[in-house]
Amino acid sequence: MPVDMELEMVLRPPQLPMVPYPPKVITLANGKRMVVRQAQREDVPAILKSVHPCLFIERDYYDIVSARLYGELLAWYRYRVKSEYCLLGQVDGYLVGIVNGRMETDKVGMSYHTLAIDRGLRIGSHLFAAKMEYHLEYLGQEDVLIVAESPIGFRRWMIEYPLEPTKIPHELGGGDSWRLTREIYFKAKPRLVVGDRPVPKPLMDEAVAEIKFADDDTIRERIAGLKGR
Amino acid sequence: MRDVAILGVGMLPFGRRDEDSLMDMLAYASLKALDDAGLGNDTVDAVYVANMGGGMLQHQASIASSLVDRLSLLPAAAETIENGPASGASAVKNGVLAIASGHYDTVLVAGGEKMREVTGWRATDFVASMTHPTAEYPYGITLPGMAGMFTRLYMEKHGVTREHLLAISLKNQEMGTRNPYAHVEMALDREGIFDSPHAVVNNPVSADPLHLYDLCPVSDGAAALVLCTVEAAKKRGKPYVVIAGFGQATDTHTLAERDDPTDLKAVSLAAQKAFAMAKLKPSDVHVAELHDAFTILEIAESEHVGFFKKGEGGKAAVAGKTRLGGQIPINLSGGLKARGHPVGATGVAQMVDIVWQLRHELPENRQVKNAQVGLTVNFGGFGNNVLCFILRRVEP
Repeated sequence: MPVDMELEMVLRPPQLPMVPYPPKVITLANGKRMVVRQAQREDVPAILKSVHPCLFIERDYYDIVSARLYGELLAWYRYRVKSEYCLLGQVDGYLVGIVNGRMETDKVGMSYHTLAIDRGLRIGSHLFAAKMEYHLEYLGQEDVLIVAESPIGFRRWMIEYPLEPTKIPHELGGGDSWRLTREIYFKAKPRLVVGDRPVPKPLMDEAVAEIKFADDDTIRERIAGLKGR
Repeated sequence: MRDVAILGVGMLPFGRRDEDSLMDMLAYASLKALDDAGLGNDTVDAVYVANMGGGMLQHQASIASSLVDRLSLLPAAAETIENGPASGASAVKNGVLAIASGHYDTVLVAGGEKMREVTGWRATDFVASMTHPTAEYPYGITLPGMAGMFTRLYMEKHGVTREHLLAISLKNQEMGTRNPYAHVEMALDREGIFDSPHAVVNNPVSADPLHLYDLCPVSDGAAALVLCTVEAAKKRGKPYVVIAGFGQATDTHTLAERDDPTDLKAVSLAAQKAFAMAKLKPSDVHVAELHDAFTILEIAESEHVGFFKKGEGGKAAVAGKTRLGGQIPINLSGGLKARGHPVGATGVAQMVDIVWQLRHELPENRQVKNAQVGLTVNFGGFGNNVLCFILRRVEP
């Protein structure tokens, strides 16, 4: 697609400086080790392949979360969103979860979505925690604005942290945001934020070498199968 | 009193069954049991349905009548049995008594529950409705809360440790991976849920000292069995399973009124009655399904039915005595912990699994070799209504 760079500079939102998220590794309940690392812009087309089958799963609001995540990642790829980032969870190189968000200002973060592709292992909890860790500990922000689109998200974020209700409209749907402050985050950190750094080189090399994907049927089975782990 | 046999059994995979209504599940499980029994529709005299929450969760009453109609078993007698989480075994008991008395010859017993169509909070509240309505429930107690307090006291009085609870959790989750009917087919890893500092997130405290993986999941599911006279079972010309004994006992509704809350008297009494009726003793049992809604209950029940002395159940689990190949294999189905706990279905499902064990129909990685006698404990309330069944294999 031809790009007029002069016009493009007008269309592209401004970007705030962002330090990279330092990768970490988490031991899951099944003993597998999940590498959590920051995705690069060029990873987006590959990531979207894993998001695509989730667009058609109604269960637990996977459809709306996936549809919005798909659009957000595409917007990042095509330079149509301000200061977005994406973190990945990988086990044995396979993509098992995705979280994203962006900087609204240098002080305020805007949480977007959490998509756990493998379920029953609290992957969503770990990745959401990594997202909050990024905003508050590495980007140095004061607050993160959050909404939940599913009851599971509500339980995990609003109740477990617990977040503070506000009347600030969130850009996802315009509902009232819930706020994670530094005080709440650091109080919750000992029970919700874990991970070891640095990631051992073989694990990191495997994660970076290739983002592996389960096939569409496997993804659908993991998320919406009868077993419902 | 006539002897009673189990002619056929059936079960649906437990889990989250969004696509099935409560009645669908009961019907499918019943059809499997009827098919296994090789019966025509016109030979069922009565249908007993075990269910605890249909009225509260599905706003549905007269479930047994509905099932009889759905299965075209008219004009079979129909009754719904509600006895908390012990509803399943209670329904079986009623079926057994009906045949033993000579009033009926063939009875279908189905147990089912659909709990996943409400949020976890509402499901927890629904289960808590079995607590005392003025002395317990208004103060916010839940069953996990009760189990947490019970565990703490059991730890103090009988030396149970987190290591003991962990052994139950790891064993039953591993067995769940071998059971296609299990809700949670996911093996756990000791490091991931206990040793690693990351376990604080993977396996958080749910009701201190119980953690997430000490609790059973909230499940949908159904199971069914067909009871008949021993004479009818003999005619099939192959090994069958009989009800060798059963017992039931009730304890105080509130835990606080018991002299010693760690003494599960109803479990002990139910087991003693069942053993006396069967003319057997605990060491005669080859396989057991115990009501492990919480890991502590498998340990406590294994002691109260007489498999181990008080204070020895946890150690026995750690030593592997309750694993497949051990002294007394317990919950080879994965138990409530992994197979799941659709409350009305559980007592029936326990017996279905024991029937498969005694008919030697399970795969090698779940089958107790040459199992002849099996035991179930279905635990209602917090031990205030308990049924124990002993089943025995009979050669034709």
